[in-house]
Amino acid sequence: MVIGLGHYLFVAAVLFTLGILGIFLNRKNVIVILMCVELMLLAVNINLVAFSVFQGNVVGQVFAMLVLTVAAAEAAIGLAILVVYFRNRGTIEVEDINAMKG
Amino acid sequence: MVVGLESWTLARPELFLAAVTALLLIYGVVRGEASTAFVAVSTSAALLVTAVLLFMPYREGTAFASLFIVDRLTTTMKALVLVGAAVTVLMSRAYFEQAKAWRFEYPLLVALATLGMMLMISANDLMALYVGLELQSLALYVVAAFQRDSIRSTEAGVKYFVLGSVASGMLLFGASLIYGFCGGTAFVEISKALIDGKGAEAGVIIGLVFVVAGLAFKVSAVPFHMWTPDVYEGAPTPVTALFAVAPKIAAMSLLVSVLMGPFKPLFAQWQQIIVAASVLSMALGAFAALRQQNIKRLMAYSSIGNVGYILLGLASGSEKGIQAVVFYLAIYLVMTLGVFATILLMKRRGVMVEGIGDLSGLARSHPMMAFALLLFMFSLAGIPPLAGFWGKLYIFMAAVEAKLYWPAVLGVLASVVASYYYLRIVKVMYFDEPAAEALDQPVFGVNRVVAFASAVLVAVFSLAPQPLSVVAAAAAKGLFP
Repeated sequence: MVIGLGHYLFVAAVLFTLGILGIFLNRKNVIVILMCVELMLLAVNINLVAFSVFQGNVVGQVFAMLVLTVAAAEAAIGLAILVVYFRNRGTIEVEDINAMKG
Repeated sequence: MVVGLESWTLARPELFLAAVTALLLIYGVVRGEASTAFVAVSTSAALLVTAVLLFMPYREGTAFASLFIVDRLTTTMKALVLVGAAVTVLMSRAYFEQAKAWRFEYPLLVALATLGMMLMISANDLMALYVGLELQSLALYVVAAFQRDSIRSTEAGVKYFVLGSVASGMLLFGASLIYGFCGGTAFVEISKALIDGKGAEAGVIIGLVFVVAGLAFKVSAVPFHMWTPDVYEGAPTPVTALFAVAPKIAAMSLLVSVLMGPFKPLFAQWQQIIVAASVLSMALGAFAALRQQNIKRLMAYSSIGNVGYILLGLASGSEKGIQAVVFYLAIYLVMTLGVFATILLMKRRGVMVEGIGDLSGLARSHPMMAFALLLFMFSLAGIPPLAGFWGKLYIFMAAVEAKLYWPAVLGVLASVVASYYYLRIVKVMYFDEPAAEALDQPVFGVNRVVAFASAVLVAVFSLAPQPLSVVAAAAAKGLFP
């Protein structure tokens, strides 16, 4: 069987959906949400690199590099915000993030 | 493709802001906490100088291998964003000093976020768009959680971060599909591919939907608004003021330039999405705000409603519609800054209060403040002949001309419902029994000046909307050469 563009896109779409579902179904821990966000971004990278290879167009790989960089910065900031939050509340359970409601 | 001197001169305002921010960051790190007041004032000044640099001299064109575009629309939007950011930085001192969070990083983070906004407004390529958007968002996540010993502020930071990164992820997924099916990330290439008939491919439409969803999140349009009330309520008040103006204007400008630029050939497809988001936002903004007791939360729903009106202007897709969008954004900026300056003046025994009930009897204890807030509320409600009325009028006229009759009718009805809660604030201030203890007499300071200046500007725009609408028309021309 020849592995074509469609297969790569399918894998990326599945990973992306898993990432989104993980964020909205997860009732436990905010760290898991951070992992799901990373999963979404990496799924996008598969898309970009696959398109780039199959089109013989290097732009997608450049884009993927930018996404990697931003994902690292995003994880760092997310963890930093979680640390300050944990210091105030002593918990990072998703269900406990409810000081404000409306 | 030569990155010549022309590129650098076109990006001069951005380069200036980046350089000043870097220098001030070094200064702040060396001098420590003592430098905060200086850094804050310098940052505001730098933001305003950047706004001046946009026009002196004014240049148009694309730069950096057409990653970056400068035209009338981007310049006008950048000027609005810069003014909003500069004023909110000045407004923040008293609040943060009281919260013991007056640190030099705050103005610098705002400056970096503003730099990101300028980049995304000027984006002419999906990569530039993404990097600008993330520079803005990452700085704003930190700013939302800036009062780091407050549960509400850090919770606002967590919520904003989680939902913001989901939105960025969706936007990025859409961008990757569009890149794949159109064969490039530059707006010019996308537009060319779509005109050549790639627009019919499902991948492009799915990509477009994802990109619009990501951007709708950033402007807090329904159904991607869930974060707005919590983040507005939890974030420190000056940060809320910033969120209500600068990122919203920048994201709206991006939405306009993406949809009216490369995706113009898919107008029929995205118009339905934008109309739906617009009608839902207007309705939710009107109904959900009715029972709010916290004025910051109320302003969150009010901003969702306002985004609905602005999207209606975009949905009409005409030059008139874009003109109405620019006009509305400028008036929205002035009204919102005024309201937040007034909120920042609400103190009782030196402690900030933000309940609507705290305003009771304000007309007797603070007649000037009550009158200014009355002007802003009437204007937000769209009562003629105030500035907000002209904004809505232009939007509805553009919508009717584009044959969007039902959305326009629903918009007028939503605005009638919304005027209830704006007028409720006026009623509380003027007709309710004063609270047992009146609010503190505000001391002279930036917030009083901003409230006063905004009130004057609202009055000026109410009596003479013509000059502003000429500026807006010139900006809209940039998209319709």
